[in-house]
Amino acid sequence: MKPAPFTYHRPVELDAALDLLGRLRDAGQHAKVLAGGQSLLPMLSMRLAEPAHVVDINALAGLDGVDVDAAGVRVGALVRHRGLERHAGAGAVLPLLRQALRQVAHPTIRNRGTSVGSLCHADPAAELPAVLALLGGAVVARSRRGERRIQAPDFFLGPLESALEPDELAVATQFHRPPPGTGTAFVEVARRHGDYAVCGVAAAVTVDEAGRVRAARAAYVSAGEGIGALDLGAAVAGAGVDVAAWADAGELARGLVATESDIHASAQYRSQLVAVLTARALQDAAAQAGLDSTSHASALDPAQGAR
Amino acid sequence: MTTADDPASGEQTLVVRLRVNGMWHEVRVPGRRLLSDALRHDLRLTGTHVGCEHGVCGACTVLLDGEPVRSCLLLAASADGHELTTVEGLAEPDGTLHPVQQAFVDCHGLQCGFCTPGFVMTIAAYLRENPDPDEDDALAACAGNLCRCTGYQNIKAAVLRAAELSRGTGR
Ligand SMILES: Cc1cc2nc3c(=O)[nH]c(=O)nc-3n(C[C@H](O)[C@H](O)[C@H](O)COP(=O)(O)OP(=O)(O)OC[C@H]3O[C@@H](n4cnc5c(N)ncnc54)[C@H](O)[C@@H]3O)c2cc1C
Ligand code: FES
Ligand code: FES
Repeated sequence: MKPAPFTYHRPVELDAALDLLGRLRDAGQHAKVLAGGQSLLPMLSMRLAEPAHVVDINALAGLDGVDVDAAGVRVGALVRHRGLERHAGAGAVLPLLRQALRQVAHPTIRNRGTSVGSLCHADPAAELPAVLALLGGAVVARSRRGERRIQAPDFFLGPLESALEPDELAVATQFHRPPPGTGTAFVEVARRHGDYAVCGVAAAVTVDEAGRVRAARAAYVSAGEGIGALDLGAAVAGAGVDVAAWADAGELARGLVATESDIHASAQYRSQLVAVLTARALQDAAAQAGLDSTSHASALDPAQGAR
Repeated sequence: MTTADDPASGEQTLVVRLRVNGMWHEVRVPGRRLLSDALRHDLRLTGTHVGCEHGVCGACTVLLDGEPVRSCLLLAASADGHELTTVEGLAEPDGTLHPVQQAFVDCHGLQCGFCTPGFVMTIAAYLRENPDPDEDDALAACAGNLCRCTGYQNIKAAVLRAAELSRGTGR
């Protein structure tokens, strides 16, 4: 299958790209931004998308930076999954990013696909939207009209639907660094390593100095249609990390996540995975939080994780 | 990149410069031309195979600036000005096979051969970064490529054999 005809544009300056997107919008012309193309090209070839214009952003300068600071990690629109996965500073501050990225497709796809593009694609079967939902953060959108930061809960409107306007370009995304004493984990079940998950869970557990659970949250991949994070604190808050009822938190999640059936798995099997993987991810995250107990002091030093 | 409209269809065409296996080529293609088709149809380099055309099978894998990518998931226009290596560019000019190619021969790593160019390119790039894989690594290295014939065992063996051969040649 081949894409339908379109007019191809490859602007080399951000302002030119924004101007082009603005003019195409004003003219009522359907345009698509092309980043890594690892989701858009299949959609074009299968003719699930037939835009009149494709705006390739790969020649734009200044969008390929990863910036790490006390607040978290900022990722430019042209950072490939593989580049972010290999970024030592980002991995030190947010180990969850690397854990999740290793589950995103195969290295060959990660060489080209961008992390910001994955967020824009807003696929509930993708790992990074769950990570952004869990950690919190924002997508930085630019257009001729200016710049706005769209917070994670407002960014994902539905399956394959983001809050970006047709004339907006996502120039970066910011992943927040969780509070001190927080551990994170990512677990998923897929038919083969690198395939889309049958079900995946990203979890974060925050413990206090006495080793008691203060907060427990999880976000899901391929579980249902939504992209968002659940507060599971009700099942485990206040308990010591060694005795917390992680299985109860899993059951709480099972009741909260509306799973769906498809050719890969039934809704019932997915719900079972939600319960089991939630318990496992929370326990792993709690163990990480325990290891992180030194960071109650050191996390206050902004330079610490950035090295 | 210069553009013009095709006189017959009115569709936009672009002049795209690609450096393939060390040689510059210039082709005039519509914006929707997939890189896999530009290689196969415009440049007649039919070693790159096309199976699924949506990123799943890996048969079309080529190196873009040294990194493996799916050529069916790239527009030819996006590769303008870039360096590409296809399976035709792996052997030495004198015909000596690349260690990965030799290993596929040694281990009977192919049957019909349809998937082979994609495996060879993927494994060649993998071994550059991971020169000493174990059996699990060898299987994981190929997990993104599909083969309908071999059952993968001989391909896994070829990965290990290629690593062995590469240690000998330093390639
Ligand atoms: C075989 C295969 C397996 C895969 N498996 C997985 C997997 O397991 N998990 C997973 O998460 N993903 C998977 N993917 C998808 C992959 O991660 C994509 O790279 C990613 O979803 C999209 O990023 P991209 O840069 O390729 O975006 P594109 O394909 O270029 O774009 C995707 C969409 O986002 C829009 N867009 C992209 N960038 C911007 C921007 N900066 N501003 C505004 N709009 C933008 C585009 O217009 C388009 O609508 C797989 C892909 C393939 C082909
Ligand atoms: S033809 Fe490109 S991945 Fe199958
Ligand atoms: S050898 Fe026939 S598909 Fe792999």
